[in-house]
Amino acid sequence: MRRTHSLTAVSAGVALAFLLSACGGDNQAAAGGEGSGSGESVSGEVVVDGSSTVQPLTAAAGELYAEEQPGVNVSVATSGTGGGFEKFCQGQTDISNASRPIKEEEAAICEENGVEFSELRVATDALTVVTSKDNDFVDCLTIEELNTMWAPEAEGEVDSWSQVNPDFPDEKLELYGPGTDSGTFDYFTDEVNGEEGASRSDYNASEDDNVLVQGVSGSANAIGYFGYTYYEENADALKAIEVDSGDGCVAPSAETAADGSYTPLARPLFIYVADKSYADKEQVTAFVDYYVANNGPIAEAAQYIPLNDEQSGELESSLGELQG
Amino acid sequence: MATGPRSGPPDRPPGSAPDITHHKKRYGERLALLGLGGSAALSVGITIAIVVALVRPSIDFFREVSFSEFLTGTRWAPTFADADFGVLPLITGTLWTTFIGLTIAVPLGLGAAIYLSEYAHDRVRKILKPVLEILAGIPSVVYGYFALYFVAPVLLKDLLNLEVGTFSVLAAGLVLGVMIIPTVASLSEDAMSAVPQALRQGSYALGANRMRTTLRVVFPAAISGITASIVLGLSRAVGETMIVALAAGTRAQIVTAPTGNGQTMTGFIAQTATGESSPGSLTYNTLFAVGLLLFVITLIINLIAASIVRRIREVY
Repeated sequence: MRRTHSLTAVSAGVALAFLLSACGGDNQAAAGGEGSGSGESVSGEVVVDGSSTVQPLTAAAGELYAEEQPGVNVSVATSGTGGGFEKFCQGQTDISNASRPIKEEEAAICEENGVEFSELRVATDALTVVTSKDNDFVDCLTIEELNTMWAPEAEGEVDSWSQVNPDFPDEKLELYGPGTDSGTFDYFTDEVNGEEGASRSDYNASEDDNVLVQGVSGSANAIGYFGYTYYEENADALKAIEVDSGDGCVAPSAETAADGSYTPLARPLFIYVADKSYADKEQVTAFVDYYVANNGPIAEAAQYIPLNDEQSGELESSLGELQG
Repeated sequence: MATGPRSGPPDRPPGSAPDITHHKKRYGERLALLGLGGSAALSVGITIAIVVALVRPSIDFFREVSFSEFLTGTRWAPTFADADFGVLPLITGTLWTTFIGLTIAVPLGLGAAIYLSEYAHDRVRKILKPVLEILAGIPSVVYGYFALYFVAPVLLKDLLNLEVGTFSVLAAGLVLGVMIIPTVASLSEDAMSAVPQALRQGSYALGANRMRTTLRVVFPAAISGITASIVLGLSRAVGETMIVALAAGTRAQIVTAPTGNGQTMTGFIAQTATGESSPGSLTYNTLFAVGLLLFVITLIINLIAASIVRRIREVY
């Protein structure tokens, strides 16, 4: 009997606890609704999805903005540039991160669904080819060698380093790269293989760049490619390969990306803002304004390559168009 | 002698049992029956709904990709421009991780079960059994990271000096095995404990030592429960997603050695479902086709196991 009583008491207590926590959540949302009217404090959700290359930058912007406006919650997912656009053009997200410009087909779908958007270039990326720190035989690769490694024809054929360059040892070639949803994939295949989306398929593919970092750093014969910021964060385990596009080996860095010497793998990074979200949702307006106004410090905080003055000016005018 | 009118239950032939099923039902009982029956019906209904949800997009998939190409093709590249839909690479990935997992789980699990049920002191048993249950309570994603950050780099590469990368079916399989040990051990131990003590005593009386009794008398008597536990472990291994998605690799290829990396069926579903796949597209339907295959494989395993268990069951 005593046991039944204590069981009833415990379950009643647990149920009460759940009820109270649920109530607490509602109160917060209600208060947030009232607060947004005053203009002083903003709150709400900003839904962002898309490129994993741009994700750290937008997430940093969200965190820094939360210090000013704790009521605004910026959630950033990483479905890849392509995956992000799919959701964006269905009206499911407010902002789409992109490591390549929106394609015509994607823009058409957006138009079909009545989603108008504005393109804001927020940073530059030096797409970095990396190997493990334990790799001791490769420091520089030409675009042709990269093409040999990654071309669709290489599938099933090129599986050893010596096939890429006879000077390299005859070790197994382990490839890591983004999957087909990734803007990095689109950009890399476009520049290295000549056609967007043209790539061999027998490599370790993942839209999550952290998985690629993990894979490349774990083996001396592994090679992969992703955004510069992921290399910088893991510089103790990875080695950045210099790229030679005809004028000598150039290492990726903020300077070489900004002055154009790291070609063809330096590329712009974008966020696409849904005009409707910008106009209707106060938290989106405030966040995007903050993102643009503090673009330099945010890029520095997230260890991204910031825009130069000319590009910053273009960003400001793009924002002006959005506001107008 | 005349007797007065009789009241009470109607006449029945002498010596037969009283009828207790046709009294007026109490409403509480009726409610309980409905509630419990409803729960059972709900479970069945949900299972049917899941099957239907799997089958419909799969039918769309098989309109575009033929059965033979799906089941016998050796290249799996559904999202690439030059797409191919041969599921064999994924199946080899699942087979390797499951096989390695069972190689770990069955000996260790059965060993633990035999020790717990036949050899362990009561006090030891009271401590050891709960500890085993704790192993079962560790979230699978924690196991996955354990495989990725400890088993692969430290155990396999540094200590055993194997030529293995960050991702391998070996690392995933080992940790998968560890995760399944509690399942095998717990159920086998229950099965062996259920064997009547009289059998053991008879064996001792005939002069057998404990090992012989355990292996020749108790084990065969409990074999149906033990088989059930192994099959349950097998089903869990086939369906496990988090560990293999994190540690086995993302390259769908025919895995030829345990040190190689490959992608399992569940790993593919986990990776692709979180990306770009609009409802109705081929990529979307591919997810469901692989899911259906997984379901069918698990169903076949369970049916085979049920028939084996039925045949060798010894009822006491």
